[in-house]
Amino acid sequence: MKERYDVLIIGGGVVGSAVAREMARYQLKIGVLEKELDVCYETSGRNSAVLHGGFAYDPGTKKAECCVEGCLEFDAVAKELDVPFKRTGKVLVGNTGEDLASLKRTLETGRINGSRGLEIIGEKRLHELVPAVIGNFALYSPNSGILDPFQYTIALAENAKKNGVDYYFDHEVTGIRRLPDQAYELSTAQGSFLTRWVVNSAGLGCGKISEMLGIPGYRIDGSKGDYIVLDKRVGPLLPMPVYPVPSNTYMGIHVTPTVDGNVTVGPNAEYVDDFTYYGVPQKSMDYLAQSASTLWPHIRTSDYIRNYSGILPKWLDENGVVQDFVIEARDEAPHTINLVGIESPGLTGALPIARRAVRLMAERETLYPNASFNPRREGIIRFSEQNDERKAQLIRENPDYGELVCRCERVTKAELLQAVHNPLGVHTMAGIKYRTRSMMGRCQGGYCQMRVARMICEETGCDIRDVLYARAGSSLFTGRVRE
Amino acid sequence: MNAVRKEAVIIGGGPAGLAAAVRLYRKGITDIVVIEREDTPGGILRQCIHDGFGLTRFGEALSGPEYAQRFIDEAEELGIPYLTGTSVISVSPDKQVTTVSRSGLAVWQAKAVVLAMGCRERTRGALAIPGERPAGVFTAGVAQAYINLYNAMVGKEVVILGSGDIGMIMARRMTLEGAHVKAVFEIQPYPSGLPRNIQQCLNDYEIPLFLSHTVTEIHGRSRLTGVTVSQVDENRKPIPGTEQYHACDTLILSVGLIPENELTLDMGAKLDEHTHGAVVDECLQTNVAGVFAAGNALHVHDLVDFVSMEAEQLADSVAEYLKNGELPACLIKTQAGSGVNHVIPQRISGIRDIRLSLRVSKPYQNCQIYVMQNGSAIKTVKVRKAAPAEMIQIPLSKDLLKTQGDLEVCVQC
Repeated sequence: MKERYDVLIIGGGVVGSAVAREMARYQLKIGVLEKELDVCYETSGRNSAVLHGGFAYDPGTKKAECCVEGCLEFDAVAKELDVPFKRTGKVLVGNTGEDLASLKRTLETGRINGSRGLEIIGEKRLHELVPAVIGNFALYSPNSGILDPFQYTIALAENAKKNGVDYYFDHEVTGIRRLPDQAYELSTAQGSFLTRWVVNSAGLGCGKISEMLGIPGYRIDGSKGDYIVLDKRVGPLLPMPVYPVPSNTYMGIHVTPTVDGNVTVGPNAEYVDDFTYYGVPQKSMDYLAQSASTLWPHIRTSDYIRNYSGILPKWLDENGVVQDFVIEARDEAPHTINLVGIESPGLTGALPIARRAVRLMAERETLYPNASFNPRREGIIRFSEQNDERKAQLIRENPDYGELVCRCERVTKAELLQAVHNPLGVHTMAGIKYRTRSMMGRCQGGYCQMRVARMICEETGCDIRDVLYARAGSSLFTGRVRE
Repeated sequence: MNAVRKEAVIIGGGPAGLAAAVRLYRKGITDIVVIEREDTPGGILRQCIHDGFGLTRFGEALSGPEYAQRFIDEAEELGIPYLTGTSVISVSPDKQVTTVSRSGLAVWQAKAVVLAMGCRERTRGALAIPGERPAGVFTAGVAQAYINLYNAMVGKEVVILGSGDIGMIMARRMTLEGAHVKAVFEIQPYPSGLPRNIQQCLNDYEIPLFLSHTVTEIHGRSRLTGVTVSQVDENRKPIPGTEQYHACDTLILSVGLIPENELTLDMGAKLDEHTHGAVVDECLQTNVAGVFAAGNALHVHDLVDFVSMEAEQLADSVAEYLKNGELPACLIKTQAGSGVNHVIPQRISGIRDIRLSLRVSKPYQNCQIYVMQNGSAIKTVKVRKAAPAEMIQIPLSKDLLKTQGDLEVCVQC
C-alpha cells in the first residue's frame, strides 16, 4: 500500500520549500518531490541574492504585493530561521535627465506599491552611501537588502522537514494521473506517489507540470543571466547593491555585495531554450565587467574567483510580454495549486507566495492548525563569526571547533560534521559547501576539498565512487588508486 | 587571555618553516615554536612522492617526503617544539599570534614572526575559463593530494591545461596509474615548467605538449565530457576557427601558484603586485618590524632546495634582529627593469653583501643580465639560457654597491 499524502509539492526550491513550511502549520501529511539532489541547485540558488524593495513592479500585481510583503517582514523571518541577512539599502544610479525622469517614475511606482523610504538623492549623499560609485544621482531604497539564497532555501526546507514534511531528492515527476477516487498519482523513476493535493512549484519546469495537471498553455521562457564573483578583498568597497536605471522588465547589470563579503557582478539577460545549461561564455564575462564598470570602478580580472549563471522562468504572453506571477487553484484541475512564472522577485516573495497558496487551499477545505508546529530553525554556528572568547568556549565544548578545515572561509570540522549530517540528508560536495562556505573562498577548495570528500565517505559510509560534486552522475572519483 | 611569550613564532611547518626553525635553534635561539595546521609537518612535500628534491641542498635526489624528513628528524633531535593540527587565525602588527587547535584558542606574543605559509594554486575561477561546471576539473596539486594521500583516483581520460611543473608531474603520475593523458596545452609560446620535467614527465611517456593553446570551453552537466581547445595569438587571445574538441573526463589545471598571504595582509604588511608575496628587505624582513617571510609565501620558487636555503638566510637575519633589536635601514629600492618579472629583495641597505632572486618575463638565449645603479651597470651576468620557469640568483658584493641610488635589473640580448 502506497503512502498517501495530503499534499505533494513538486519542486523544493525556495518557493516549494516555503509552501511546505507554511502548509506544515496545519494538520497535513506533506511531501516534496525534488528532481535535484538538494534544494538550491537551480533558480533559488542562482541569482543576485537581493531582498528587493518592491518598486520595480506594476502596482496591483502579485509581484509587487509579494515583494513588498516579503521585504518588510524579512528581519523577523531571518531571525526565526537563523539565516544571514543585511538590510543594506540599495541605490539605482543615474546620470541624465532621462534617467532622472525614469527614476522618479520608479519611485512613484514604489510608493503606490507600499515600498518604504524611497527617495531621490543627489551626488553628495550618493557618495556618502557608496563612496566608489560612479553617478550623478540615485534612487535610494533604504529597505532593500542582501541575503544568502542557499542558506535561506535550506532553512525553509529544514524547518519544513522538522515539522514533519518528507523530502524526496532525485525524484523528477514524469507523469501525473487523476485516479477514480480523485487522488493524484505522481510518477517518478523511483516509483509513484499518491496525494489529495498537488502544488506545482517546479520553477523552470512549471509549464510542463502545469500541462500535466491539465492546465496547458503557459509559455515559459528561460531568461539566463551570468554572474562573476569577486574576491572578498573588494567587498569593503561596496556597502550596498548598486544598480543602473531599470527598464520595464529587466533590472540591468548590477554589482552586489554578498552577506559574506564578496561582490557579484551581473546578470546579463538572454532567452534560452535549454534550462539545464549553466555555462558562462567568455563574451558574457567581458560584457558584464565592462558594463558594471560604468557603475563601480573596482572590477579587475585578478579579483575573479568564480562565475555562475541562473535561469529565471518567465511567463510570456503571445506577444512575448513578461506576465505576473500565477498563483492559482483552477476548477479544471481540482485540488491543485499552480504556481507559474515565479521569477524575480520570487526569492523575496517566497513566503508571501506560500501564504497565498495556503489561502487558496483553505478556501477549498478546512485546515486544522498543527499545534506542534515550531517556526524556529537553528543553523550551524559559524566559528569564524564569533569573538575570541566565544571561540574558546566553542572549542572547550566541542574540540572539533578547534580544527580548521577550510582556511579561506575559516570553517571548522565541527561545522562540516553538522553539515554532512544535515537534516535533509544531502551529501553532495555542493551541499556541504552551501551549508558551511567551505570551498567557497578564494582558493576554491584547493586546501579543504580533500578533507570534505573524505568526511562524506567516512561519515555516510559511502563508496568513494558515490561522492558527488552536485548533480546526479557528477562523481568526483573513478575509484581507488589501490584497492 | 594570557599570551605565551616566544622569541620567534614560525607560521608553517613546511620546508621553509622547518629550515628556519632548525637554523634558528642551532644559532642558540631556542625559545621558538613552529605552528603547523596539518597533523604532520612537511607541508606540500608530503604529497610530492616523486624524486628530484635535494640535489642542490643535499647533493642527492630525494623524494618530497624524504626531503622533508631530513628537517623533521633534525628538528626532533634538537627538540624544537612544533604544534600540529594548529592553525593561525590572526597575527597583529605588534606580533601577537592567535592560534586554534583541538586544545583551544591560544595567543602567542612573539618578538619575531616568520611567515612560511607556502603558496596555493590558481583556480579555474581565477582564470575565468568559460563553460559549464561539471565534476572532473582539478588543480594539479588537488589531484596530486587525492591520488598520493587520499588513495582516490580522479579520472581516466585526461587533458592538462598549463605546463607548470606539478601539471607535468601529474601527467606522468596519472599515466603510471593507468589513466590516458591525451595532451598538455600551454597558453604561452614557451613551457612554464622546468626542462627536466618536460623530458621526464612528457617526452618519456609520449604525451604531446602544445604551446600557444588554451582551453576555451568546458563541457559537461554532471561529470566533465570534454573541453574545447583553441590556438591563441601573440596576445594570448583565442584565434576563432582553431577550436578543437577533446573528449575527456578530467581536466587538470597547472596554471600558476600564488603565495599565501592572508595573514600578511591582515597585519598590514605590504605585498608586491608581481610576486604576490610580502615586500621585503635584504634581511627578508617585511615592512612590519620583526616580521619576516621566506619560501613560497614570499615568492614562488622553482626548487625546494632554494626554499630551504632562503629560510636559512632568514633565520640568520632573525637571530641578528633578536640580538640587536633592529636591522640596518634599507632605503635603496630594487626594481625589475625590462625583461625581468620581479626582483627580491625589494629594498637593500647598500652596506652588505646580498643575493638577488629574480625571474625573467620571457625566455632569452645568450643574453646579459645587468644590475644597474645610478645609471651604470655594477654587475653583468652572461646567461646562455634564461626561462621564466627558472629562478635566477645573483650575488652582489657590498663592494659593488653605493649607499645611495636605486637598483634596476634588466635583461638584454
